[in-house]
Parts: sequence; structure tokens; C-alpha cells
Amino acid sequence: MILTKAQYDEIAQCLVSVPPTRQSLRKLKQRFPSQSQATLLSIFSQEYQKHIKRTHAKHHTLEAIESYYQRYLNGVVKNGAAPVLLELANEVNYAPSLMARIILERFLQEQEETPPSKSVINSMLRDPSQIPDGVLANQVYQCIVNDCCYGPLVDCIKHAIGHEHEVLLRDLLLEKNLSFLDEDQLRAKGYDKTPDFILQVPVAVEGHIIHWIESKASFGDECSHHAYLHDQFWSYWNRFGPGLVIYWYGFIQELDCNRERGILLKACFPTDIVTLCHSTA
Amino acid sequence: MAAVLESLLREEVSVAAAVRWIARSTQSSEDEPGEAAALSALGPLRKEFVPFLLNFLREQSSRVLPQGPPTPAKAPGASAALPGRPGGPPRGGRGARSQLFPPTEPPGAAADAPLARRGGRRRGPGPARERGGRGAGGPEEAVGGESLGWAGGRRPRGAGSAGSPSLGLSDPPNLSNLEEFPPVGSVPPGPAGRTKPSRRINPTPVSEERSLSKPKTCFTSPPINCVPSSQPSALNTSLWGLGLAPGCRSLQEEREMLRKERSKQLQQSPTPAYPTPESGSPLPSRTGSLTAEAADPARVSSCQRLKLVALVYSSCIAENLVPNLFLELFFVLQLLTARRTVAAKDDDLEPNPDPLESPLFQSVHDCVFFAVQVLEHQFQVLSYLDKGTLKLLAENERLLCFSPALQGRLRAAYEGSVAKVSLVMPPSAQAVSFQPETDNRANFSSDRAFHTFKKQRDVFYEVLREWEDRHEEPGWDFEKGLGSRIRAMMGQLSAACSHSHFVRLFQKQLLQMCHSPCGAGGAVWGEAPDVLSVLGADKLGRLRRLRERLVAPQSSGGPCPPPTFPGCQGFFKDFILSASSFQFNQHLMDSLSMKIRELDGLALPQHEPGDEDGESDVDWQSERRRFAVVLLSLRLLAKFLGFVAFLPYRGPEPPPTRELQDSILALRSQVPPVLDVLTLLRQGLGARRAVLTVPWLVEFLSFADHIAPLLAYYRSTFVLLLRLHRSLVLSQEHEGGTCFLNKLLLLAVLGWLFQIPTIPEDLFFLEGGQLDASEVDTVASEHGLLWPVLPQDSMPVVDQQLLYACCPYIGELRKLLASWVSGSSGRSGGFVRKITPTTTTSLGAQPPQTAQGLQAQLAQAFFHNQPPSLRRTVEFVAERIGSNCVKHIKATLVADLVRQAESLLQEQLVTQGQEGGDPVQLLEILCSQLCPHGAQALAQGREFCQKKSPEAVRALLPEETPAAVLSSAESIAVGLAIEKACAWLSANITALIRREVKAAVSRTLRAQGPEPAARGERRGCPRACEHHAPLPSHLISEIKDVLSLAVGPRDPEEGVSPERLERLLGQLGQTLRCRQFLCPPAEQQLAKCSVELASLLVADQVPILGPPAQHRLERGQARRLLQALLSLWKEDFQVPVPLQLLLRPRNLGLLADKRPREWDLLLFLLQELVERGLMGRTEIETCLGSVHEAQWPGEFSKELATLFNLFLAEPHMPEPQLRACELVQPNRGTVLAQS
Repeated sequence: MILTKAQYDEIAQCLVSVPPTRQSLRKLKQRFPSQSQATLLSIFSQEYQKHIKRTHAKHHTLEAIESYYQRYLNGVVKNGAAPVLLELANEVNYAPSLMARIILERFLQEQEETPPSKSVINSMLRDPSQIPDGVLANQVYQCIVNDCCYGPLVDCIKHAIGHEHEVLLRDLLLEKNLSFLDEDQLRAKGYDKTPDFILQVPVAVEGHIIHWIESKASFGDECSHHAYLHDQFWSYWNRFGPGLVIYWYGFIQELDCNRERGILLKACFPTDIVTLCHSTA
Repeated sequence: MAAVLESLLREEVSVAAAVRWIARSTQSSEDEPGEAAALSALGPLRKEFVPFLLNFLREQSSRVLPQGPPTPAKAPGASAALPGRPGGPPRGGRGARSQLFPPTEPPGAAADAPLARRGGRRRGPGPARERGGRGAGGPEEAVGGESLGWAGGRRPRGAGSAGSPSLGLSDPPNLSNLEEFPPVGSVPPGPAGRTKPSRRINPTPVSEERSLSKPKTCFTSPPINCVPSSQPSALNTSLWGLGLAPGCRSLQEEREMLRKERSKQLQQSPTPAYPTPESGSPLPSRTGSLTAEAADPARVSSCQRLKLVALVYSSCIAENLVPNLFLELFFVLQLLTARRTVAAKDDDLEPNPDPLESPLFQSVHDCVFFAVQVLEHQFQVLSYLDKGTLKLLAENERLLCFSPALQGRLRAAYEGSVAKVSLVMPPSAQAVSFQPETDNRANFSSDRAFHTFKKQRDVFYEVLREWEDRHEEPGWDFEKGLGSRIRAMMGQLSAACSHSHFVRLFQKQLLQMCHSPCGAGGAVWGEAPDVLSVLGADKLGRLRRLRERLVAPQSSGGPCPPPTFPGCQGFFKDFILSASSFQFNQHLMDSLSMKIRELDGLALPQHEPGDEDGESDVDWQSERRRFAVVLLSLRLLAKFLGFVAFLPYRGPEPPPTRELQDSILALRSQVPPVLDVLTLLRQGLGARRAVLTVPWLVEFLSFADHIAPLLAYYRSTFVLLLRLHRSLVLSQEHEGGTCFLNKLLLLAVLGWLFQIPTIPEDLFFLEGGQLDASEVDTVASEHGLLWPVLPQDSMPVVDQQLLYACCPYIGELRKLLASWVSGSSGRSGGFVRKITPTTTTSLGAQPPQTAQGLQAQLAQAFFHNQPPSLRRTVEFVAERIGSNCVKHIKATLVADLVRQAESLLQEQLVTQGQEGGDPVQLLEILCSQLCPHGAQALAQGREFCQKKSPEAVRALLPEETPAAVLSSAESIAVGLAIEKACAWLSANITALIRREVKAAVSRTLRAQGPEPAARGERRGCPRACEHHAPLPSHLISEIKDVLSLAVGPRDPEEGVSPERLERLLGQLGQTLRCRQFLCPPAEQQLAKCSVELASLLVADQVPILGPPAQHRLERGQARRLLQALLSLWKEDFQVPVPLQLLLRPRNLGLLADKRPREWDLLLFLLQELVERGLMGRTEIETCLGSVHEAQWPGEFSKELATLFNLFLAEPHMPEPQLRACELVQPNRGTVLAQS
């Protein structure tokens, strides 16, 4: 699903200030029936992350935390079964899972008088039943299962999606008889930067030489693509030469501008692969 | 000096004798007594003759070259000495960068006698004060008060000389132009004048009247760094002012003025005398006064005299008495293409009985005649020029007109020439590939250093890409754009080892990027056969040639351009400057020096081409290619080494005073040279490898600062180079002598070096003069060389492509000729484009050290009479097999040992418990057990080499190789491979085992940590699985959706159908059975989600879609779903399922919210868990116990306690449990019914 910048902007426009809930996603699918769900979810997730990055700081001031905590306490005192935390998050336009983290952190701080360690917090978020307060545990759990952009469940889904596409790509490479080294092999050899696959014999795709392939199970928008270019793709180029990036959920057409330089974008596994011919003579 | 010329012109002395006299100082037996007498009287002037002659010719020609193509600048003559020149540099003009060839000290009082005589005769109106500059050194001249005229050799413009033009014999007007555009090397008028640019291009035709008779003795020589050039000079544009001539600021302005003048001229430029068909319509001439004149052999004024001078001149060229062969050729071609003489003057001259009194070139006809005469003598050199130049020469109609014979020879040479010189295109950047052997963590001192370097590599390329994108944008500045980023990056390189890693990357990238594919479509030198060329070699070659035409630079900055950093080299130069890191520079110098030494040691090709068959021809081509690659790499490396090494000493100006200079000299002479170039040069000469060593040495020396050449060490180097230069007489071809093109290359690069501004101007003539005197012997003995030692680099390794690649300025000849054809002024136009010195990636590894002793000698002898390809093959095989052997040992023996280490470690962990003890201690124990096994490596390595080497040699040598040769080659290859492999193994095997075991230990210990269960044996997909199961990610999202619906909040119409739940569990089963896409984290998450789902089912919290009344799941359905889950947990999950979650207060608490509470499903679930062995009774008891301790509402707590007791009391009876529920809950009937 390759979108033009304009198409992408139209979608992104609809995502401003939309909470990351099941319901929002449903509406989005209705609004853009022609786009694939995965693409829409990926775009939604990325846009929402941008929003969170922009507003992150203001939710983490001491005053904000204190006020959220008080609101939470007041809410649960009234009705512990009501979705207090989730509604609070939606109201202040912040991710429920992250709001849950803020409140949990504040709660533990009060209980133990020392700031809890990150690993304790993470562990409790992964398994809210470890949270000493039953009401809070339920509230946190509710936030986590209702957040479709953040939280341990979403992280796991993203990880699984990434893994599945790597497996898919590996199968396709095997099917095409292209020998490669995968990330683990590369890491074992001591490579400092490791694309998903390095082809042991380069191929040409649409006339461009490809030494490595990186699978990205997300939509390639400007922000993420530039970050990837900086942290990964150019680093791969610096070490292994030109290569191919597959954004399985599509990308903004205009971003595919480094082909000549050695970074080719595709939204699927390429069909016209030219391999090096061994002369049989 | 003039006396000598006069003697010649009067035919008192033969040309041959004169040249012998000049070149060798001693009288030869061939000389006639009369000649000898005449010459010996002039003895002291001998070494001044050549500069005088050159200046004389320039002076004479200036009359006819006013509108021609850029006349090279005048250089000061060296004919007269100027002791105590006011305002002059302290000694020998060393500091006066103005002078290409500064005056030498007069050998004695006698030296001036002839000059005085001459001057006395030809008294000009020049004011006496003009001579003031001579000071005490030339009293008689001061008395004479007359200009030396063209005969006087040098006319320094002393303090008083400014302003009034002096005059020469023909009394030309507009001498003052020389003040505005002082000739190269003229001594600046005084301290103030020192800031004036001194060495500059010949007062290009600012006015058509040229100072013919201005009594100054300069010979044309384009100033090194003041050549007007359309190509920006990397040095000159540098912020750092490196390489700028003194006063270059004003020089810039002046250059601008000159440019304007030129463009004015261009507009008035004459139409070509003979517009050739190719030239298109001639430029309209505005004035008509500057049209090119037709040259007519019949109108030559004095053939005899011209012939004689041409002969002397040619002989000097042939004897290498002139500093720069190609500069002279350039000058001669300028004469050939002179457009017209200053018309008004032609008839003013009356025949003069004194041969020196009348101008040599009275008309264009004279110039052309002279030029053609010289060209005839230089035919041999011409015939080696590239095809394009030959074509232009052969098609030159003046040449045809004056010497049909020469034209015929040139045409023949053109037709026979294959020396097509192709132009290069700037290569686009390609990164140095990551090599685990040198780049992985093991090569770094710490994790931090490793990761820092990882980042640096990326920053380096980021900077490089930005430079590629932007360096051509107007207004973009390297330092401003990238400087701070580069310095920040360099600042992170703390450890010394990081510096060496970075330097290695830098140097490799330098070699890689500045390697441009050369030759037409790669045919001349070839390129590494990359994928691209394999994929479409033909088209690619064509495309490349097309691109070349479009992108090749247009000018190389005159026949003597300053050292520059063209193309990508500019990036590296600016990077070094911006980084301004002492550590980096030091490491870079170390690395460059090492690489230079390595490449310089390369053996030259050993045999003649074409002696046998086609095979050797192919070999020869590749030998040549290899040579070119090495030579160009060396030049590039040496250029950067010179740049960095002399960087701290370079400045725009030489030291202002003699005292300062002496103290600097004293200081600097303490410092050892960065690379022992003198020794390398001696070795190169001794080993007859001058053709390899000298070109890079010249690149290195071209960056010398003002002081360096004065140091004894470098002076000796220069003296040696001068001797070499003198010895390279092109016409001498003797058995085993240096091949012509090799010589031509050496002459071209040396000639270029002698024109570099920082090289003392007196060096060529002064040292040259001394060379053949007493010093020669000392120099020779000092260098352990016998004179004359010819570096008999007799292999024709240089071709025109290489010549032009090393010396792009030779292309100026072609440009000059082309501009004549096109009628342009030829300032920067023309079609000759720059051939950037290029280089290629370095060669493979050096041949391995051969075994010592007799065996080695025998092996050497064996190769001696074999084709070189055999030797290369054997060395190559040995090198590769040796290296493969090490890899093989790593993969087999070492890997086995690592496996042993792992199992030993496991045992250790079992016996010592999970902690396993101190890792360091563990490692020591393991290593002490395993390292002794390393000894096997040598035996295994030997075995490997013995098996593999012969196979490889056999595969690589021709089938027809005689059996004896083959078996010898095999055994030598085996020996070399074993030597290489065993040397490495015996030195490194223990360390290698340690390293690998250490890595394995830390791996095992890490894996020991968090997820021991995950390491259990895992089943794969069932056979014939087509991997069509739903993706794990999809299932997690699905279950998450259900969970979120169950937990709420939800819209009233939201819910899940029982069928959806059943389908979901069915899919979960499929996914868990097809393991294709499943990764442990996903499976763990699925396990957890399924437990959560079970809790919700038990608590009846799942909102069911259906008729409005029915929002609850039927008990039977719920049980079926729980059964399905139980079976998934039991059969399909391969990760531990966190079943204890079911009994956590939070999950049990879900029941608390329901009214009426129903415990039957929970009891059922617990029972089944025990039944299926998923949880132990005691485990459940523990969990329930802790649940009981939690805070619950009183009623709930009571029910919980009852359930607990029931579960404990009636472990094995499924039915009674239901009854037990009945006790707690009234509606037992329904429960029973549903079950």
C-alpha cells in the first residue's frame, strides 16, 4: 500500500486527538474502507506516538502527576468498578497504558516512600495481579487491554508482527534460492549493525543492486523512515552497500528517493529479482 | 652568457660542443681546440647558460605572443648573481617565492665581464638606477648604468626600478605593464613589494605592446600557484591558506583584473588564421588588428640563426638541462600557434650585424619556423603523446606548411597510435565494507570503544554524504557545514585503538573513493569485475563514456598546476583540516607510511611482453594494470602523507629573516622525517624501480613547506632526484635501459615538482650546476651509487593512460592546439579535460614471506624461468589456503572445544548450583582444561594445507603445465600455506580459544538467567504443515479485543458470540501447532492471555452477543471452552503457562463482583488442572492459602474458605464438588442440570 504524501496527510488529518481505543479504530476503518486495516492501524499508531512524544513532558510534571493521582483516588473512592483511570487518560488525551504507569508509579512511591525501580513497574504492568492494590490492579489492567498503541500487550503484538514478517521474508528468500545470513548469524560473527538479511550474493531489483534486506512490519511515514535511515539503513549502507527495505504496510511514495544512493523501498517482496548468472561454459 | 650564445651564433663554437660544455663542464676530446678555448674562458658561466637561454627565448617571443594563448609566466633567469640585493631574500632567493629560478652567486668577478661588455655595447635608455638592485655585486654594471637587455640575463627590479620602464633593443612601449604584472620571479621592488605576488603568469596580453626589450631576464614558466584556472584549486580556496603564495590575496585581485583583461581580449580575439572546418565560423574580429597572421616559410627572416638557436635549445631539452620538458613543449607550441606579431615593429628593425642585436623572432613566420624546427628535434617525445594531441599536431596547417616531412611523421604516428586517453568520471561514494575479522568487538578494548566506533563510522558516512550532496552548492562551506560535527566525532575517539580503527576506515575509504574506473570502459586498466559490469558490461561502458564527456573537468590549471585535491580528495583534505586532531594526524601518518612502504616494496613485472604467446600478453596486461593501480594508490597515499606531515610547518610565507630561518632549520634538522623517503628513493633506484618510487615521492615532496627542502635530509633527496632527472636522457636507448614512457613519466613528474613554489628556485640550476662538479662524487659515494646510475626500469609498465593520469597537465598541450583550431583564446577552453590522478583499491595482501635459506633460493630460482602468473598463482593459493586453514581450525577444532566448554560449564553449574561460582574463575578452570588441546591445531592445519593447496594449484594452472612444474608448484604452495597458517596458529591459537570460550561462558551464563524453561526442547511444525495457521500477532490482538470487551468499558451493543470464542480457541490451537511464525514472547503472551480469558470465563465476565436477555454464557458452553483451554495448555503450549494467575486475588476477585456468585466453574477448573497434571495439588493449595490471606468482603471470604476446604477435603470426587457448591450456593439445581 504505497500512499502519496497527500493521501497520507488526509488519513493523518483524521487522527488528530483520537484516543487509541477499539472504538476509534473501528471508526477509522469505516472512514477509509479502501485501505488495509493493518496499514491504518500502523499509521494510527505512528501518528499517536508522535502525539505522545509531543505531549509527553506536560503529563510528567509534578503538578500533573499529583492532579491525576488525586483524580484517580477520588474516582475509585466513588466507584472502584468504574473505568476511572481509562476515562482520565482519554480525557487528558494521553495513552491509557502510560497513564496507568504514571498512577502506578505514584501509588508505589506513596506505599514504599522510595521511587520504585523501572523493572518493578514494568513487571507489574505486564502482570497487574502483582499490584498490591486490587482496585488499582483492575484499573491498570483495563487501561492496558483497552490501549491499542501502548502497553505490554501492544508491544508484544508489534514484536510478533515484526517476527512474522521476518519469517515470511526468510521463506521467500529460501523459495527464491537466495542464500543469506540472518541477523543472528551476523551478530554471532560480531557485526556491529545487522540488517535482517545480508545476501551472500547480491541481486538486482528494478535495476538496483541489493546487498541486504530489512523487513519493516509497519507503514513507512516520514518520521519513522528518517529515524530508520539514520539509525539503521545508512548504517547498513555504510557497511554493506546498497540494499532494500520492505515496508510491509506500505510507505509514503515520496520517501523512496534514495534509490540512486542505494536504499530502495518496496511494500512487498520484489517480483523481478535479477540474480548473478553463473556461466556454465 | 650572451657571449656563449654569441659564439654559437657566430659559429665560433659548434652546438654539440656547447651542449657538451653545458652539460658536463669538462672538455671532451671531441671539442676542437678553438672551441675549447672559447668555452673554457666562459667556464664560470656555464651553469647560467640554460636559464639565460630560456629567458632569452621567452623575452624574444614576448613580442609575437601578445594575443596568443596564455603565455606562460616569465621566470627569473639565473644567469646573473645579485649579491646583496636590497629587499631580496636573505640567500639565494630562497625566500623569494617569486622566483622560479633565482640567481645564483656569481662564480667570480669574471662572470660579469661578458655581461658588462654586452651591456656596454647595447646601451639602452634604461636608467642607471635600474641596476641599483645589483648592489655591490655588480659595480661595473652600475657604472654602465644600462640595462642588460635580453642579453643581460636577469634584471631584477631593485628598489629603484619601479616606474620607469627600461628598454631593450627594440624599444617597445608599455613596459610599465610589467609593473602591474610583474614577471615570475622578478625580485619584488622592496619590502612593501614582498606582498605582491611575484611568480605569476606572464603578463598576459594586457596590452598588445609587450615589453620586448625590458631588460629583465625571465623565461617563461607558468607560475605554480598563480595559474589562472577555471578549476578551483583546493589549496587556494582553503580557508587555511595552505599553499597560498605570499600575497595571494592581492594576487587574487590581480588575477581577477587579468581575467577581465583577458575576457576583453577574448572579445577582440583574432579569428584563427586558418579556420578549419571543425572550428565553425570564426569569431568576429572587432579591431581587425589582431587577426592571426598567415605564416609563410618564405618570409622567415633568418633561417640560419633560428635553426642554430633551435638546435641549441633542443639539445638542452634533450639533455634534460631544462627543468621541465613539457613546459618547453608548451612554449614551443605557443610559438607554433602564435597569432600575430606586433605589426608596427616589424619594419622598424634594420638589419644588424650583431646577431644578438636584432630580435630573434621578427615575425610570426620566424616563430613558426623556430617552433617547427624544435618540434622536429622533439619528434620522439611527440610521438608518445596521446592520440588526440597527435591528431591536432598532424592536422596543424602551419606545421604542414613548414615541414611536410614532420607532418608526415606525425600523421603516421597518429595513425599508428593506440594511446587513446580516456577521461575519468568522479566516482560516487561507496562505503568500506564491514569486515568482522577486523571490525568486531574482539578488536576493541571495551564495549564502549566498540560502540563508539560504530557510531563514528555512521557519522563519518553521514558527513561524507552531506559533502557529496552539498559541496558544489555555491556558498556551502566545509568547515561551517561539517566542521563541528567532525570535531565532535573525533572528540569521542578516546582510546588509541579507536584512532587506529578510524584511520583504517579513513584510509580505505580514501583509496576506494579516489579510485576511479579508468580507461575506456575499463578496458585499459580494468576494474574489479563488479556485479554491475557483469550484469551489463557493454551498456555500462557506453554509459560511462557518455558520462565522462559530461562531467569531466574542463581544465587542469595550466601546464604547471599547483598540487590540488581534485574531486573526492577534497573531502578527505578538508576532513583532516576540520578534524584538526593531533592524534588522528599521527595515526594517519603512521598508517599511510606503512601502506606506502608496503606498496612500494612491490616487485615490478619481470618479463617482456609478447615474447611467447597470447597467454603472456594477457598476463602482461594484468601486470601493467596492477602496476598502474599500485602506482596511483601510492601517489594518492603519498600526497596525503605529504599533506599531513608538512601541515604543521606550512605557511603562506617563508621565514622573514635569515636568522629566523637558520634557527628553524636547526630545530627542524633534529626531527626525523615522517617517512624515510631518502632511503626508499635510494632503494628504489638501486632496485631499478624509479618508475614506481619517484612518482609518489614527487607527490609527497610537492607538499613540502618552505623550510623542508633546505634541510640536509631533503636536500639530499632533491639532489638525488636532480641527478635522476639529468640522467633520463630520452634519446639514449640502450640495452636494458629505462623504457621511453617510463622516462617520460619521470621527467614529467620531476619537471612538475621543480616548479612547485615551495621548492627553492635555485635548486634546479644551482644544484644542477654543482652536481656535475665535485659534489657529484660525494653524493654518489654517499648514496652508494656509481655514477651514472640509470634506474633501468626497463619494463614498459607505463602507458599513455597512466602518464596522463599522473600528469594531467600534459593535456595542456592538446588544449593549446585545440584552442588554435577553435580560434578561442584557449585560456580555459579547449576540450582537453583534466585527468585526475586516480587510484584504485589496494592490492590484495602482499606475497607471504618465503622460507629462508636454500629452499627459498631454490623456490625463487624455480619461479625465475616460469611465467609470472605461476608465481602469482602459487603465492595466491598459499595465501588463501593458509587463511582458510585458520578459518577451518576455528570452525572445527575451536568450535568443538567451545562445545566442550559449554558442557563442562553445564556440569559445573549443576554441581555448584545455579550460581555457578565466579565467572572469571570458571573461565580460568575451563581454559586450563581446554587450551592444551590447541596444540592439535598445528597438526590439523598442516593436514588441511597439504590437502587443499595442491587441488587449488591444479585448478588454477593451465592444464598443459608440465607435471614436474606442477608438482613443484604444488609443494611450494603447500609449504608456503603451512608456513603462513602455522605461524598464525602457533602465535594465536591459545588466545583464540580463550576468547571463544569466554564468549561461550558469558553466553551460557546469560542464558542461565531469566528463562530457563524457554530452553527446553521445542517441537517444530508437524510434517507437511503448510503454515496456513492464523498469525500469532493476529491472535493476540483478537484475544486482546475479547479481553478489553470483557473488562470494559463497552458500548451496549458490543459483545462476543460464543461461536467467536470457540473459533478463537480453535485458531489458537492451529497457531500453536504450526510453529512457523511463533516466537517465544508471542507464545508467552498467548499463554497469559488464555489464562486471563479462563479467569473471565470462570467469573462469567465475558459479554455474550445474542438475544437481549441472554448476556451470559451458558454453563455448558463455558465448560466446553474451559476444556478447550485446558487441552491447549496441556498439549499445545510449549512455554510455561502462568496458571497460578488463575488463583491470584485479582482474578479470583472477578468472582466477587458477580451476584449471584457461582463457584462451580472454578472448582471444575481446579479439579481439571490437577486431573490433567497441569498443576499439583500442593501448588493449588499454596495459592489458595495466600488468596485467603488477602482482604476480602466478609461474605466472599467465607465462601472462599468453604471452597478451599471442599477442595482439600474431597480431592478425588468430581461429583461431590458440585454438591459442595450446593452447600455454598442455593441454586445447585441449575448447576447440576447444566453439568
